[in-house]
Amino acid sequence: MKKKNRKKINRSASKRAGKKVEEKLVFSRPQSLRDVDMHYCAGCGHSIVHRLVCEVIDEFKIRDRVIGIAPVGCAVIAYDYWDFDVSEAAHGRTPAVATAIKRVRPDNIVFTYQGDGDLAAIGTAEIIHAANRGENITVIFVNNGVYGMTGGQMAPTTLAGQKTSTSIAGRSLRNDGYPLKMLEMLAVLPGVRYLERVSVHSAQEIFRAKRAISKALGVVKSY
Amino acid sequence: MPKIKIDKNRCKGCYLCIVNCPNSLIKIDDELNAKGVKPVVFSGGKCTGCAMCAIICPEFIIEVYK
Amino acid sequence: MSKKLLMCGNEACGEGAVLAGCKFYAGYPITPQNELIAYMGKRMGEINGIFIQAESELAAINMVFGAAAAGERAMTSSSSPGVSLKQEGISYIAGAELPCVIVNMQRGGPGLGNIAPAQSDYFQSVKGGGHGDYKVIVFAPSSAQELLDYTFMAFDVADKYRNPVLILGDGLLGQMMEPVTIIKENYKPHLVEKPWALTGCKGRKPNIVRSFFLGEGALEEHNKRLQEKYRTITNAEVRAQTFNLKDSEIVIVAYGSVARTAKAAMESARAKGIKVGLIRPISLWPFPSKIIKDASFGRCKKFLVIEMSSGQMVEDVMLAVNGKSEVDFYGRMGGGIPTEEEVLARIEALV
Repeated sequence: MKKKNRKKINRSASKRAGKKVEEKLVFSRPQSLRDVDMHYCAGCGHSIVHRLVCEVIDEFKIRDRVIGIAPVGCAVIAYDYWDFDVSEAAHGRTPAVATAIKRVRPDNIVFTYQGDGDLAAIGTAEIIHAANRGENITVIFVNNGVYGMTGGQMAPTTLAGQKTSTSIAGRSLRNDGYPLKMLEMLAVLPGVRYLERVSVHSAQEIFRAKRAISKALGVVKSY
Repeated sequence: MPKIKIDKNRCKGCYLCIVNCPNSLIKIDDELNAKGVKPVVFSGGKCTGCAMCAIICPEFIIEVYK
Repeated sequence: MSKKLLMCGNEACGEGAVLAGCKFYAGYPITPQNELIAYMGKRMGEINGIFIQAESELAAINMVFGAAAAGERAMTSSSSPGVSLKQEGISYIAGAELPCVIVNMQRGGPGLGNIAPAQSDYFQSVKGGGHGDYKVIVFAPSSAQELLDYTFMAFDVADKYRNPVLILGDGLLGQMMEPVTIIKENYKPHLVEKPWALTGCKGRKPNIVRSFFLGEGALEEHNKRLQEKYRTITNAEVRAQTFNLKDSEIVIVAYGSVARTAKAAMESARAKGIKVGLIRPISLWPFPSKIIKDASFGRCKKFLVIEMSSGQMVEDVMLAVNGKSEVDFYGRMGGGIPTEEEVLARIEALV
């Protein structure tokens, strides 16, 4: 990764400061990611996943072929950060929109970026059926176990006992049921080609997440 | 000598870089930045350019030089 | 090349879309529009188009959103309960300014209602239906031939204004078999460039399809632009048929299949010496208010609105007339169809 990034010196902090740099830049922002402040909360993994997606797109050199679908949720304005074609979608209908775009433009690489509210609650039908049809799309499912944008309500993936603003005593299995196991559900569908659950909580895990995104987009790219 | 540069004013103060630096070379600044949080600063010293701080930084404001 | 076919309205509607160069159809079965989804399934296969039987009406309308965003001519169809489900998607499509065609073969409501013809989705169709200040262009054909012609035309109109167009039929029109003449040379779709479509950002700035404007004042600006567009449409796209307006003292206003009954009643009344005319709005939005208003300034003293509803379009007629003339209403609901005799009796009561 370091090797590949060496060539991509674009808008460096030192250039902004107007100083000459003699050292080699070994890590900077990918080209497909706009140089703007993100609205995410401090420490939020969304921006890391945004960056990983953009890094993979840059490495595959597919920026001019890729079409992303932003969800409703925290990542709703992902198109302000991604520097390629992006569509929005109604809450949860992201895989339906992606299905149509990919069918109409089979030469483009289409991916959706969805949260747990979008994918596992309101859009459960769309993801299951898009997967079952074997649509040639990549789905980046960012699961933080809570509705972030609306202020921390319980999500279908909220863990048992986890406190949220709509489960103040902790998620009760009796009242709210079990956390939904999306990946396990999707894994049994023959239309699914590749699934992996990764995290972005440490540098090591981020490498793993990037490898997964790379594989996921690579599978789609190779068809 | 490897080093990092931090765009102080864009730091939101999550301090994930501090946790992730294997040599503990990043610390919290004493003064507030433009966002009103105490940003992180590079304290100098034996940086190896491993880029762990930059990889974990959700704001992409750390640049690593070798 | 001309050919005459016996088709049901649903099939004629589908053929109109195919003639217009529609290459994408997503739908979900619901009576009484099932012939349409079946026809599109067959025809899309023949013309190398894309046909998806979606998992729900929600998915279907959002697939149309995606296809339209990618620059394809796209259509979906349903009947009343299904169209209610599509309203969210239609609002997004209008907000994101995407062109597409939606067909509603209305059935009785509210709720699951029944599967008989109705016109009780008028308000939903012309006043919005979903959330936000938006308008959908609505055409109301009254025969299989018109279903074909107006569906064909709807795609050009949708592309011209980057706005959804709704074809408002009913179960009667959808199911009825009628001869349809197709003269191939007369159906030349006007395909336009779509530089805003999502195609991958090769050699250009990235395109974004959105209806979300978070910046201060940005959404108001967007709305002002939309309203400006709607004003242009209001001035340019009004369509209506008029009969005997010059000497009529009573003017019937009816649309869609009911307009045919109304026309027959008008003729029977004239045979009896009652001077009756007919205004048949074809575009329900924009509504032909001016034609109705002008009629109220002429000889016409009384308007009679006939609908298969409890009285929805009658409100628009009253707004157009603005108290100048008396407005009477006769309607049947829940699958009831006004007969010629019923309309004639109503006319005679007005004299």
